[in-house]
Amino acid sequence: MITAVQKPFEEISEMVKGSQNLLILGCGSCVTVCMAGGEKEVGILASILRLANKEKGVSMEIVEDTIERQCDREFFDDVKEKIERADAVLSMACGVGVQFCSEIFSRQIVLPALNTRFYGATEQQGVWTERCAGCGDCVLAKFGGICPVARCSKSLLNGPCGGSQDGKCEVDPENIDCGWQLIYDRLKSLNLLSRLEENEPVKDWSSGRDGGPGKIVREDMLL
Amino acid sequence: MSELKAGTNLERVLQAGHFAITAELGPPKSADVDVIKTKAAYLKGIVDAVNITDNQTAIVRMSSIAAGVLALKEGLEPVIQITCRDRNRIAIQSDVLGAYALGLKNILCLTGDHQVFGNHSTSKNVFDMDSIQLIQALKNMRDEKVFICGDEIKNSKKAPVVEPRIFIGGAANPFGDPFEFRVIRLAKKVNAGVDFIQTQCIYDMERFEKWMKQVRERGLHKKVKILAGLTPLKSVGMAKYMRDNVAGLTVPDYYLERLSKVEDKAAEGIKICVEQIKRLREIEGVAGIHLMAIEWERRVPEIVEAAGLLPRP
Repeated sequence: MITAVQKPFEEISEMVKGSQNLLILGCGSCVTVCMAGGEKEVGILASILRLANKEKGVSMEIVEDTIERQCDREFFDDVKEKIERADAVLSMACGVGVQFCSEIFSRQIVLPALNTRFYGATEQQGVWTERCAGCGDCVLAKFGGICPVARCSKSLLNGPCGGSQDGKCEVDPENIDCGWQLIYDRLKSLNLLSRLEENEPVKDWSSGRDGGPGKIVREDMLL
Repeated sequence: MSELKAGTNLERVLQAGHFAITAELGPPKSADVDVIKTKAAYLKGIVDAVNITDNQTAIVRMSSIAAGVLALKEGLEPVIQITCRDRNRIAIQSDVLGAYALGLKNILCLTGDHQVFGNHSTSKNVFDMDSIQLIQALKNMRDEKVFICGDEIKNSKKAPVVEPRIFIGGAANPFGDPFEFRVIRLAKKVNAGVDFIQTQCIYDMERFEKWMKQVRERGLHKKVKILAGLTPLKSVGMAKYMRDNVAGLTVPDYYLERLSKVEDKAAEGIKICVEQIKRLREIEGVAGIHLMAIEWERRVPEIVEAAGLLPRP
C-alpha cells in the first residue's frame, strides 16, 4: 500500500486558516489501512480542529466524509455537492488522491492533510516499513525476493557496503535493517549464495522516476 | 615485468614488488590552498601516492580533483577518490576524463558515506552506480575504450580514440558484516577489474589475518595488490570513538590499555602503528600499507621511518 502519516496539527491548522466551510475528505483505501486518513482519522481530525477553533473563537463549519478511493474518478460522484459547497477541501488521501481531487474539481482549493511516505507493508500493528521503490524494472527474482533498491539505504546492487553491522544499517541502526544482510541470509537459506558472486551491471533507471513522470497505457483496456 | 596499465608511480612500485605506502590528504573545508601545501610538504618523498578524499563523511570540502592537481604541483602523486553519492554516471565519467587530462591517473572507486553523516544531511543522494559498477566502468573506459553506454571514447567519428588510462583502486572492509561475504565482495571487485585495494583501518589484527586467509584461499592476492589500512591512534578518546562510532571497527582492549597507561599517548599510538606495520609485512598477500593519519599528516614521516620503510623506491 501507499503509506502516509498525518501532518503536524499546527501545519494543518495554518493551512485551513480563513476557511469558513471546510470539508475533510478521507480515503477508504491505503491510508485507511495505515491508519492515517480513513473515516476514523477524519473524525478525530475534525474534532480536534473544532476544539481548537472554539478555543480561538474561530467560526468554521466542518463537514466530514470519506470515499472509497480518491484515485478513481467514479467515487467522487457521491461527494460532488459537498465538495462544491465547501470553500476548501482538506484531503486525507495520499498525494495522488489530493491531486486527483483537485484535478476533478479544478475550481476548488484542495489541501493535503498527510505526508505521503512510501510503498510499504504492515510489519506489525502500528509499524509500516518500505518494501518497493517503484523502479519500474523489478529485480526481486535476483535477490531472493528482497529489494536492494528499496531496502538498502544506498540502493546498492552489489552490496553490502562497509556500514552493515550486526544486521543493521549504519544510517539508522535502531530502525533500519541492512537490506543486504537480509538478502545474504535469504539466499544462504535457499542455498543460492553463489548468485551473489555475479557482478550486477549498472541499472537502467529510465523505467522509474528518472524517465520522467510515469504513464501506463493499456490499449486493450481503452474505451 | 608485465606491461603497465597506467604507468603511475604507485603502479610501478607495486609491480616491482616493493612494499608500497600510500597516505591520505583530506582537502580543506575552505578554498585555502595553504592547507594542501602544508600537508603535502609532510608527505613528499615519504609515501608512494596520496589519496585525496572526496567529501569524506559527506562533509563539503574542496573537490578531490582540484585538490589533487594542487597536490600534484607540490610533488605528490595523487590517488583521486571518487564516490557514487554525489554524481551520476554522466558526471563521473566526465570527471574521469578531466582528471586524466590534468595528470591524475590513480582513481579509488568508492560507494561513499551516506549523506546523513555529513553537514548537509537534508540533501538528495545519487547512487546511480555502486563502487563495483564504477570499477567496471573505469576498466571498460581504459581497456575497451568505451563509455558505460558503449560509445567509443573519441571526440568525433574521425577523431582518434583517447581513453583515460587509469590505475584503478577499490576499498575493502574486512570488518563489516556479513563477514563471510566480505571476501566475496572483494572477488567481485577483482572481477570488475580493480588493480589495487586499500582496506578499512585495521586494529583487530586477528580478524584481518582471518580475512587474508580467505583472500589467499581464493587466490585473490595474486590478482590484486592489497594495501592494509592503518590509522594511528592519537588518544584514548579517539580509540573509543573509533570503537563505538565507526560501523565495523573493533579496537581491541589491549590497545586501549596500553594508551591509558602511558603519559605520551601520541607516541604510544605511533609505536602501536609501527608494530602493526611490521606484523602486516609478514602476512602473505599484503602488498603495502595505506596510512590514514586523520588530520595528523605531520606524523606520517616518523611512522614510515620507524617502520624502516625509507627511502622510498
